[in-house]
Parts: sequence; C-alpha cells; structure tokens
Amino acid sequence: MRQVGSAPPRDPAPSRLSYRMQRLWLTPVYRRAVRTGIPLAVMALAVGWFLNDADRKAAITNALAEARRSVEERPEFMVQMMAVDGATAPVAEAIRGEVPLDFPLSSFDMDLEAIRAKVESLSPVRKARVMIAPGGVLRIDVDERIPVVVWRTENGLILVDETGETVAGIAARSDRADLPVVAGTGADKHVTEALEIWQAAGPLHARMRGLLRMGERRWDVVLDRGQTIMLPEEAPVAALQRVIALDKAQDMLGRDLSVVDIRNPRRPTLRMAENAVEELRKIRGIEGDMGSQ
Amino acid sequence: MTDLYENQRTMRRMRKQAMDRGVIAILDVGTSKIACLVLRFDGPDRFRGGEGVGSLAGQSAIRVIGAATTRSRGVTFGEIDAMQETERAIRTAVTAAQKMANVRVDHVIACFSGARPRSYGLDGEVELHDSQVSEQDVARALSACVVPDYGPGREVLHAQPVNFAIDHRSGLMDPRNQIGNKLAADIHLLTVDRSSVSNLIHCIKRCDLELAGMASSAYVAGLSALVEDEQELGSACIDLGGGATGISVFLKKHMIFSDSVRIGGEHVTQDISKGLQIPLSRAELIKTKHGGVVATGMDDREMIHIGGETGDWEHDQREVSRAELIGIMRPRVEEILEEVRLRLDAAGFDQLPAQQIVLTGGGSQILGLDELASRVLGQTVRLGRPMRVQGLPQAATGPGFAGAVGLCLFAAHPQDEWWDFDIPADTYPARSYKRIVKWIRDNW
Repeated sequence: MRQVGSAPPRDPAPSRLSYRMQRLWLTPVYRRAVRTGIPLAVMALAVGWFLNDADRKAAITNALAEARRSVEERPEFMVQMMAVDGATAPVAEAIRGEVPLDFPLSSFDMDLEAIRAKVESLSPVRKARVMIAPGGVLRIDVDERIPVVVWRTENGLILVDETGETVAGIAARSDRADLPVVAGTGADKHVTEALEIWQAAGPLHARMRGLLRMGERRWDVVLDRGQTIMLPEEAPVAALQRVIALDKAQDMLGRDLSVVDIRNPRRPTLRMAENAVEELRKIRGIEGDMGSQ
Repeated sequence: MTDLYENQRTMRRMRKQAMDRGVIAILDVGTSKIACLVLRFDGPDRFRGGEGVGSLAGQSAIRVIGAATTRSRGVTFGEIDAMQETERAIRTAVTAAQKMANVRVDHVIACFSGARPRSYGLDGEVELHDSQVSEQDVARALSACVVPDYGPGREVLHAQPVNFAIDHRSGLMDPRNQIGNKLAADIHLLTVDRSSVSNLIHCIKRCDLELAGMASSAYVAGLSALVEDEQELGSACIDLGGGATGISVFLKKHMIFSDSVRIGGEHVTQDISKGLQIPLSRAELIKTKHGGVVATGMDDREMIHIGGETGDWEHDQREVSRAELIGIMRPRVEEILEEVRLRLDAAGFDQLPAQQIVLTGGGSQILGLDELASRVLGQTVRLGRPMRVQGLPQAATGPGFAGAVGLCLFAAHPQDEWWDFDIPADTYPARSYKRIVKWIRDNW
C-alpha cells in the first residue's frame, strides 16, 4: 500500500548544472586539457619544486655519477696494459713515454682519438691505429716512417723520409752510410727528385759526396776532388745522364775540372781547376813562344 | 513568408554545420516517450544514393552511435503544455544518448506529431525566358505559386515541390535543363500552429542545443515505415502515437497529404483506467500485456488480475475477463480508425493507384489491429516497422520508433524543400549586394 508523505519519486532528469557539466566534459578540448594538461602541469610543478633545492640537486648528480662510475669500473671495461706493435724498440719506448697511462684504467676514461693524435705527433710515426683489444689491452699499431736520405743542416744530420718529413736526427754520417746525403735549404721538400737523381747517377756513386740544393730551385751533384755538376731546374735527370755519357766517352770527370755546368742543357760548360788553367796557360805560352820563335 | 523562409534557411545552415562536425542528434518529442538518437555522419562519399532528384541540401551515410528513450512529461496531443517538464525530459534523453555516444552534440533535428497540421496543394506556372529550364526558372515557378491564406498564428513546416510539368508533360522529378516553353510546379505545403512550434523551439534552446531542422512526425514515420514501391505507387502511413495519430499519404516518393487525429494510445489507456477504476500506470501495463481488439470465446475465460492500491482488499482483488478489456479498448480504436477513414476520404485517397495502408507507431502493436483496421478502412492493410538504420539498438527497432528512425533518414538525406532552391532574382532588392554577388556567380 502506498504510504502518505513518503519521499517523492526520484526525478531522473539531470539538473541544468549537471547537464551543462556533462556537455562540457564531452567537449574534446576541455577533456584533453583536464585529462592530460592538468596532470602534466602538476607533475612539472612538483618536479620543479623538488629540484629547486641545491642540496637535492647535488645529491641526485652525485648518485648519477656514482652509478656511472660503478658501471665503468667493472672488470670488463678495465684496460690492464698497453701493447705497441710495428715499432722499433726506441720508437716504442718513445710512445710509452708519450702516453703516460696509469694502468689499470677504465676504457671510458681513455680518449683513444687523443692518444692517436699524440702518437702520430711523434716524428718517426707515419700513422697509428689505437684500439682496445679484448682482454683489456690497449693496442697501438704503429706504421713507422722509413728514412731515405740524410739531410745535412746547420744543426746537424737529420733523417728524412720520402715525403720530406723528419724521422730522427743522427750523430754521425757513418751511422747511416747507406743513405745518400742532401744539403741545402729546402732540400727536404724535394726528396723524391733527389732520389731520382741519385738513381740516375749510379756509375758515379763511388765518387759522389751528396746532392746540394741550390737557391731552393735546382740541384748540384757534389763529387769528391771538389768537383760539382750543376744540374738544370728542368729535367735534371736527363741532364745528368748526358754528363755521365760524356764522362764515359771521354773520361771527362777524371780530368782536372772543378765544375760541369749543364744548367743550360744546350750549352754545357766546363770550368777547369786553377792548376789546370795554369798548366794550360803554360802550354799555350810554350806553344806561343814556339810559334813566335 | 520571407521570415519563415529565412528561419528554414538558417536551420539548413545549421544542418550543414552539423554535417561538417560529423554528429547530429535527432529528437522525437512524443506524447508517451521522448527518443533521442545521436547520429554520426560518415560523409557524402559513403552515401549510396538512389535515382531521382539529387538533393540540394546534401546527403550523407549515417550511423546511430547513441540512443536513449525516456518517458515523456508535459506533452499532450503531441504538443507541449508544460515547458519545464518537457525540458527536463529532453535533457534526460539527450544526456543518456550523449553518454552512450560519448560525444557532445550541439545540433538537433526535432519532430512532433501534434500542432494541428494542415495540408495545402499549391501550383504555379511561368513562361520560360529561353527554352531551357534553369535553376532560376525553377525558383520563379515556385515563387509563382499562390500561397493560400493559412491564417494568422500558423507556420509553414514543409513546402516540398512534389511535381514539375513542362508544357504538357507532367510528373517530372527534376526539370532542370529540360526544353520547353512553360514550367509548372506543384508544392505540398504543410502548416502547423506557430505557438506549439515556438514552444518546442524554446525548450530546445533552453537545453543549449541548436535546432537544425524540424519535421512532422507523420511525414518521417512514412519515410521509415513505407517501402519504396509503396511510396512510389501511393499509400498512407498511419502513425498511431500516444496522444495523436498522424496520417501521411505518399505518391511518387513525395508526401502529398498529411493530417492528424487528436486521439491516440493514451486515450485507450485512459478509457481502461476509467472503466476498470485503476491507476493510469496499471492501465497502461494491462493494455500492453493483455490488450487486444478482436474478442474470441477464449477471452471470456481468460481472467486478468487488475489489482489496485487503495487498501480496500475487495477492491484490490478484482479480476476482469480479457473480453471485457477488449470491450473497453475496441470502441476507442474504432473511433481512431474511423476518424482516419474520414480524413483519408476527404483527401481523396481512394483515387490513388495502389491504396496500401501501413499502420505503424506504438499503438499499432495492439493485437488484432490489422484485422480491425482492414474492416474499418476497407483496404489492404499491413503493419509497418521502421527500416533498419546502421547501429540502431535492438530496443529501438519497434514500430514505436518509426518516427525516430524516419527522422534519421530525414537528417541524412532530406527532400528538397522550397527554401533549398534559389531565391528568384527579381525578389532581391534592386540595389542589393546579394544581387551583385549572384550576378557574378552566375556569369563567371
């Protein structure tokens, strides 16, 4: 039976306010703002507030560094020793001196590129490859420069490779008697040309003292007994071959000459030694006397 | 006239906006229930249109994504008589449908059954300037129609061109670009009471919704319950609603007549309530569970416990036979059908080629109604259920939802109405800016 004064039946209709709120909630922009924008903003605010304190920031930085350290110092990443391959003993010693690493060391702390640059900055090293080999070995593969000539300068004797780079200094010529000697300013820049001339001068090797760069443009071949062959700027090898041919035919260099000047290949000139000139004058005088007589 | 014209054009613009946004709500404001469906437009490219006039208002494939029904309050005879209550009921339905669709709807298309619809047939005729029919000629022919004096306080709800004739060829669907000398147009004009319409508009405005269209529920029930050949060959759809019974007659896929009888299922319930002295809610339950209109010998023996809440034991233990119930219901249903018969006769329904009658609406679920209807209306009668719309929940597929489903179809591809056509150039003011714009658009 129906009770008098009981609560009125529930009205299923939403109030105007809740109707509007529901419609607002169903609006995509509003919904996205509430569901994504506000949480993001709150989180950003919280993080900002948390990091505002210098101590906290430092603690976090330290913890991060600690964690990083612990990974880096695992035995898998530690380098125990250094191996230098392809270098002669003095060069290897020099490399070891140049790369002063305090083993064991984590591979994260090594700057392989810097090590390589440092090794390559050594003059006897043409090229170097630096790598960390399995087993905790820092391997340095070295490609050494090969000296081809001895360059005599005011400061002493220097070994030079074919690109003109300095390899090392030596104390005495006899240390590397097998290499030709060049001298003169700028001689190191034209080592290849010097070597070609050296090759061409095969028969003269026994008499040759060395090559002299003149005026930074052309070569002189210096022989013993104070003889000099002055080569032209252009095609010095061909000119030298002509001189050698002359020598073979007439034993030119065996005579008392001081200079064979072939700077102008069409007009080779000879300069006789002082004694020879006097001798010649004497002979001419005799001949003249005889003629006048 | 122009005022209404502008109103309807505004609603068309709203509908365009809703199509761009992709969702629209439809609202069937009935006497017994308010149904709200939320539609999602799939875009015009997904629409498989049939033959006939290409719509000027834009068409689209649709899908129902939200549906809600609530008991109607404050509506009698299909008209609003308590605004606050109706507003609450609309809010309830819209809230639930939005919740199901999980989308906010701002545009709504509404239909209602009451407001005393009245049909007029208009015709107009113009000479063509050049021999080909242009859009302007159609507009001129439509504006040449003599609008009858439908009285103050009335509003045009539908004005659909139903027929075009060029010279002596009649029955054209689309006269554009055809050759002839004279163009005639027939318009079916449906007017309703202005006050009821403005009440409904006000209610919808109060719910923060924009009205994107209005339709008569008799018309939209016909759209959904009649199959295509019935619409083509001439048939009547009778929408037996709660407070009013809508009648719409279709021919050549156009509504040519509409009317309503202000008696409906609620009157049957009231009769039961009065006759058996029980509350209305109980009467409604008994009507739906045991109701019928054709009595058989079996019904004398089938006793229905009718109950009551008065506290008087004798009174609360009463029983009636089903035959008695039928005896109460039948006269009222007969009255409705006879009224319908009168309206159909007045409209000249017996002149139509195929006089099919389709009963739909919640009231058509009364057992034995088809038999009674064919006896009263004397025609081939069938019970109609609304056609299927994609996504419609099972609960909303009954004949009671013929109006709501029809409104979905109306929202998806409305028929062209007067206001969809061009405004004839000579009705523009002489120095109007619009006139310049129109001239440029036509000539460039």
